[in-house]
Amino acid sequence: MTDTDTLDIDRSVGDFSYPEQHEFDAGYGLTADTVNYISNVKGEPEWIREFRLRALDVFEKKPMPTHWASKDLEAINFDKIRYYLAHGQKATRSWDEVPEDVKRTFERLGIPEQERKFLAGVEAQFDSEAVYSNIKKAVGDQGVIFVGSTEGLIKHPEIFRKWFGKVIPTGDNKFSALNSAVFSGGSFIYVPPGVKVKHPLQAYFRINAENFGQFERTLIIADEGSEVMYMEGCTAPKFETATLHSAVVELVALKGAKIQYVTVQNWSANVFNLVTKRAIAHEEAEVKWIDCNIGSRLTMKYPGVVLKGRKARGEVISIALASDGQHQDTGAKMIHAADETTSNIVSKSISVGQGRATYRGLVHMPKHLKGCKNNTECDALMINADSRTDTYPAISVRGTGNAAQHEASVSQISAEQIFYMQQRGLSEAQAMSLSVNGFVNDLVRQFPMEYSVELKRLIDMEMEGSVG
Amino acid sequence: MSALVIKDLHVSIADKEILRGLNLEIPKGEVHAVMGPNGSGKSTLSKVIAGHPDYTVTRGEVLLDGKNVLGLEPDERSRMGLFLAFQYPLEIPGVSNANFIRAAVQARLPEGEELEATEFYAKLYEKMDLLEMPRAFTARSVNEGFSGGEKKRNEILQMAMLEPSYAILDETDSGLDIDALKVVSNGVNALRGPNLGILLITHYQRLLDYIVPDYVHVMVGGRIVQSGGKELALELEAKGYDFIREGLEEPALAS
Repeated sequence: MTDTDTLDIDRSVGDFSYPEQHEFDAGYGLTADTVNYISNVKGEPEWIREFRLRALDVFEKKPMPTHWASKDLEAINFDKIRYYLAHGQKATRSWDEVPEDVKRTFERLGIPEQERKFLAGVEAQFDSEAVYSNIKKAVGDQGVIFVGSTEGLIKHPEIFRKWFGKVIPTGDNKFSALNSAVFSGGSFIYVPPGVKVKHPLQAYFRINAENFGQFERTLIIADEGSEVMYMEGCTAPKFETATLHSAVVELVALKGAKIQYVTVQNWSANVFNLVTKRAIAHEEAEVKWIDCNIGSRLTMKYPGVVLKGRKARGEVISIALASDGQHQDTGAKMIHAADETTSNIVSKSISVGQGRATYRGLVHMPKHLKGCKNNTECDALMINADSRTDTYPAISVRGTGNAAQHEASVSQISAEQIFYMQQRGLSEAQAMSLSVNGFVNDLVRQFPMEYSVELKRLIDMEMEGSVG
Repeated sequence: MSALVIKDLHVSIADKEILRGLNLEIPKGEVHAVMGPNGSGKSTLSKVIAGHPDYTVTRGEVLLDGKNVLGLEPDERSRMGLFLAFQYPLEIPGVSNANFIRAAVQARLPEGEELEATEFYAKLYEKMDLLEMPRAFTARSVNEGFSGGEKKRNEILQMAMLEPSYAILDETDSGLDIDALKVVSNGVNALRGPNLGILLITHYQRLLDYIVPDYVHVMVGGRIVQSGGKELALELEAKGYDFIREGLEEPALAS
């Protein structure tokens, strides 16, 4: 169904900002002083400061991704970025205590309303720090921990330290090292054994400041037999200069646990979004990444699952929409490391105008394993003749007891199809929008309802802007 | 003036002239059949009236209730009350039939007015029953995996839901077996009435046994060369198009 009445909404609902009022500012550029400043402001234990300084060293030594990555990465000037900006106030549990301008920001984005309606907990991050963090009492009473990363590492070191940096080591890539050096914000979640969190936990990441880098760090541990769904949304105003968002997200699903991680990324078109996301799935655990990328200038993100225990299951459902001037370089990694593990990757991308969508997939099944299965489907839809799509699947299946199947398609919306829909009374933009929504429809259904409505609205707005 | 009027229409595609001075008038409430051999320009006529972007109109007018629609977008013409049942309906993957029709009905409402869902479905089911379409068709993607007959029924369903003032049925009989032809014809006949003008485009007389036209026009070489009552179709059926072609030195233009 097209909700034609939503078509006239402003293209970028997040495109507004308030004057900066930061008490803490680490200044421009990145040195050991920057790292020490952040660690001091946060009042962190010594082991974290050392962890950060080691990471800085790795970051400085590691080269940028080279031959395979977009040349656009060279446009990032690490000396012109501010690495830590904060209001200097701890995250509150009540919206009333959130500073007025920040509160207005989140109200405009509809976060408090969503919280009342359907969420089990919310964390709202403004630039470097969470300004609001709250979990419904009933969920907290079950022993579920949902706090910011700093609070997590200070108050729950026995769980935090055990898993932090274990799924994604500092040296995994240059940007995971960068994040490890300057990380701030993000969520720490622990779900005790057998606890099934009924409603989603949500984090909202907001960049307000110009020439800024947001480096949140999220760690989610689902203990044996537990279940949790985490959703994240993000926006930023459109500034003249480039902004950097470089997160690290680590998930641990212990035996029989289920984690669903949903992202709707709608950064403004000046944001470099370079994110490392990976999960470890233990025996019979299930991890599902549901990932939607609509905004940003360049996104490089390949959520992965290391299938470590027997019968573990990993899934990546991904939608990318690349409009003029955007490059969505996304994909998935499935590392099969135990018998009878299964993985499923479904990726759909839409390139509009001169937008570019790239799929990169890695599926690895070593020879000594038995009964592993992977299914990969990637479909690309090109709206205009000068749109671009690339697919780089790398599937290595060794041994005789494993199976992988891969399907890919590229299609275009035909002029005849648009004429047909126009003949029924839909405008060209509505016809485009309906076709695109149809293309991703089977995946959108997997998003929580509130997000699928939002997603449809975002697609409508993008298509409205793409014609006539 | 309540009529679909085509005046001296000249149309080219890629510099080839296909319609060469075509005249036709379909008042509301009447059913006109246009018959003609392959290549006479019948399908071009239907697409040009609907506003297909590939064709260039070099001369003439298409008037919908007195208003020239040439230069209007296809969707504007549609919302003004023009409907085209396609010879080859397009598939729209992932978009359910019900949602597609709903979007089309919604597009006709004034801005800010929301379609009443219960009323919409009640009407949709009523029209589907008329066309003997199972309810499952609402959830299937538009025309995807439909048989030829199902696609044509779906065209008539959309027509019934959109309630046009003028409908062009382009070779609606092609690809239909006799049972499907009867169902589709019943559907069209049920929609006949004083508020609807119908242009039936067909190659064969067979369709006209089921949807009986008020007038029949013969189209050859991009023009209407002969017009008459429904008996003209029977004559064509008996003698073939050649008998028309033979007398074409001085073509009898339609009134």
